[in-house]
Amino acid sequence: MTRSLELNRVTDQNKKIHPHKFILWIGIGSIIMMFAGLTSAYVVKREQPGWTTYVTPVAFYYSTGIILISSLTIFLAGKSFRERRMIRYRKLLLATAFMGLAFMFLQWLGFRHLWETGITFHGSGAGQFLYIIAGLHALHVFGGVIALFVVYIRARNTKIRSYNTVPVDVVSTYWHFVDLLWIYLFIFFLMVR
Amino acid sequence: MSTDSTIHGTGEVIVSHDTHDAGPEVHHHKETFITKYVFSQDHKMICKQFLITGMIWAILGGLMSVLFRLQLGYPDSTFPWLEDILGKWAKGGKIQPEAYYALITMHGTVLVFFVLTGGLSGTFANFLIPLQIGARDMASPFLNMLSYWFFWMASVVMLTSLFIETGPASGGWTVYPPLSALGDANLGSKGGMDYWITGMALFVVSSLLGGLNYITTILNMRTKGMSMTRLPLTIWAILFTAILGVLSFPVLLSGLILLLFDRHAGTSFYLSDIFISATQKALPNEGGSPILYQHLFWFLGHPEVYIIILPAMGLVSEVMAINSRKPIFGYMAMVGSLMAITILAFLVWAHHMFVTGLNPFLGSVFVLLTLLIAVPSAIKVFNWLTTLWRGNIRFTPAMLFAIGFVSMFISGGLTGVFLGNSTLDIHLHDTMFIVAHFHIVMGVSAFLGMFCGVYHWFPKMYGRYMNNTMAYIHFWVTFAGAYLIFWPMHYEGLAGLPRRYMDYSGWSSFNQFGGLNRFISTVSMVVFAVQLMFVFNFFYSIFKGRKVISKNPWQANTLEWTTPIRPGHGNWPGEIPEVHRWAYDYGKDGKEFILQTEPLGADEQHH
Repeated sequence: MTRSLELNRVTDQNKKIHPHKFILWIGIGSIIMMFAGLTSAYVVKREQPGWTTYVTPVAFYYSTGIILISSLTIFLAGKSFRERRMIRYRKLLLATAFMGLAFMFLQWLGFRHLWETGITFHGSGAGQFLYIIAGLHALHVFGGVIALFVVYIRARNTKIRSYNTVPVDVVSTYWHFVDLLWIYLFIFFLMVR
Repeated sequence: MSTDSTIHGTGEVIVSHDTHDAGPEVHHHKETFITKYVFSQDHKMICKQFLITGMIWAILGGLMSVLFRLQLGYPDSTFPWLEDILGKWAKGGKIQPEAYYALITMHGTVLVFFVLTGGLSGTFANFLIPLQIGARDMASPFLNMLSYWFFWMASVVMLTSLFIETGPASGGWTVYPPLSALGDANLGSKGGMDYWITGMALFVVSSLLGGLNYITTILNMRTKGMSMTRLPLTIWAILFTAILGVLSFPVLLSGLILLLFDRHAGTSFYLSDIFISATQKALPNEGGSPILYQHLFWFLGHPEVYIIILPAMGLVSEVMAINSRKPIFGYMAMVGSLMAITILAFLVWAHHMFVTGLNPFLGSVFVLLTLLIAVPSAIKVFNWLTTLWRGNIRFTPAMLFAIGFVSMFISGGLTGVFLGNSTLDIHLHDTMFIVAHFHIVMGVSAFLGMFCGVYHWFPKMYGRYMNNTMAYIHFWVTFAGAYLIFWPMHYEGLAGLPRRYMDYSGWSSFNQFGGLNRFISTVSMVVFAVQLMFVFNFFYSIFKGRKVISKNPWQANTLEWTTPIRPGHGNWPGEIPEVHRWAYDYGKDGKEFILQTEPLGADEQHH
């Protein structure tokens, strides 16, 4: 198969975008639809009786800051990769992955704070939507963290040296996407009450 | 993205293809039983896995319908053998109400999702995309393999739900809350519903992984010269199907996640202060809206019917042109109408909700958009008929099924015009009329399209032909039987006969249909038996069918017929052929057919 697929690649050299990147973009489209479904449910539900709101926990502001910085580090990681500065590249990858974990931890702190102020799963207000929407977003971040670790472990492998930029580009595009998605969701939660 | 290593060969030794002479085998890597038949990354094997899994589901789903038709046709009789196979669900040889609801729910779920989405798209998208666009395999063979195995896991979960103590989901295939959220109100809403949600979540993952791959492969991996307007219509149809799936299935997942939280975490997205008579208690929930679920469900649910019918349309278009020995009539109109249907599919979901208390003004907008779908549908129908017109028709089994598809699609489409009217819908909603409508227009039609595809491409899949005699019997009994089953249901529906009831004999106004129901039930059993004959024909022909001896048995133009009779992984032994013309040069310049790989003649115009 290796060989036959290689033939495929040769005929595809004139194509502008690598198929794996293209798969990612369509995947992003479908993730957007999922969150569009949930946020429109939120908007519809807001008009109905029994809607409750909450005070935004401060942890969410910190997590937003962290994920913004992590977008910068993944960008620098890609840049270092292109410059073949592999040690710097690996450090930045690792930094991004840990910031992803820190983001998830802060989200969890935010959830816990909300829960302690009496906003549990009982009810049907903004808080319950927040748990589900932000929870699903955190799962998507976790997927990105796993991908980062996979790329990191591959980069540490000294036997196989790869200067193929596609995996790095795919991971970093996805990472920027989950970052932007959170910014959208955060602004949405702040504005639409 | 772990296929990078295979596609780019990072660190692996790549044999240069330049030294390769066109031998019969393109792949020299070792294949074990596991990598060839189980965890295969070859799109052709994945296609067969989808097809055979889909067939198993179709038999199970069809058998369910035979069981509940038995109840509907003979509501007063008892069948002791039913107790032998169903146990407590058919106490005393009579299907219990819970079992009846479970049967119709699972019949719908299985046929809509596991057969006509997974089985149909999974089979033909996998098989035809690389072969017809001229690619070695999918953009990501690994994701493609995952797509099948998620489908397999979804199947296992759904199948398991049939055997748990409280039975499978039984609130209808749409699993509307509050019923689907309240285990106290309905036996099937206990564990069975969790299995249903889990199974569907896995199914959504499967169809997303598949869809991403289909779209990417079609847009990025076409061979040299294969411009979009040279693609066979099968590929266009599959492309739009995949786009619909990728954009609508995630919304269903959102809706199901909220349902899961309502069931187990105590949230009130769909549930409100409902009083349940079984427990004599009111729910603590407040402010939930079951209509919200319907919006989320039908935002998938409506595109879903096009996900089912578009691939069938593509298969039929291709088979019809080949066997009429004529170019498809109005190629661009066919593509345009597919696109129009895809766009409109997202704008009509509320026509399933006309009687939910929807604002009548909003309803009228959805009526307009719904009836607009008649335009692209009619364009397609007229193009098929004009393709047949004065064609040199070869009535192969595949061609008969293609023509049968058009007949069914017209019949079912016309009743759609009735149902698209919000005023008429007040009367027709939830009656047998709607059951008749959607079974004809998307159930039977899609099945005929699928059979058309199986008969036509079987020689490419297995290097043998299916038995024609059995195929003709299969066609005529299925075609006539489908009309005999569903045509009378329109009359029942117009008379107000509600769907999902297990016994109409208690109503004097519905008593008149006792004989008709027996008739429908009898025919449905005959038709089911003939499908088993198809299954026999299929498996028998894999091993004993007449062997294909020429590369291009149907004398068709598309690229899959330029591969060896039994292509290996990689499809073409040498270079991938270059394409010089569109797929429909039949009966041109005195030649019966001209392969897409044939260069343009001096006096020919670029298409």
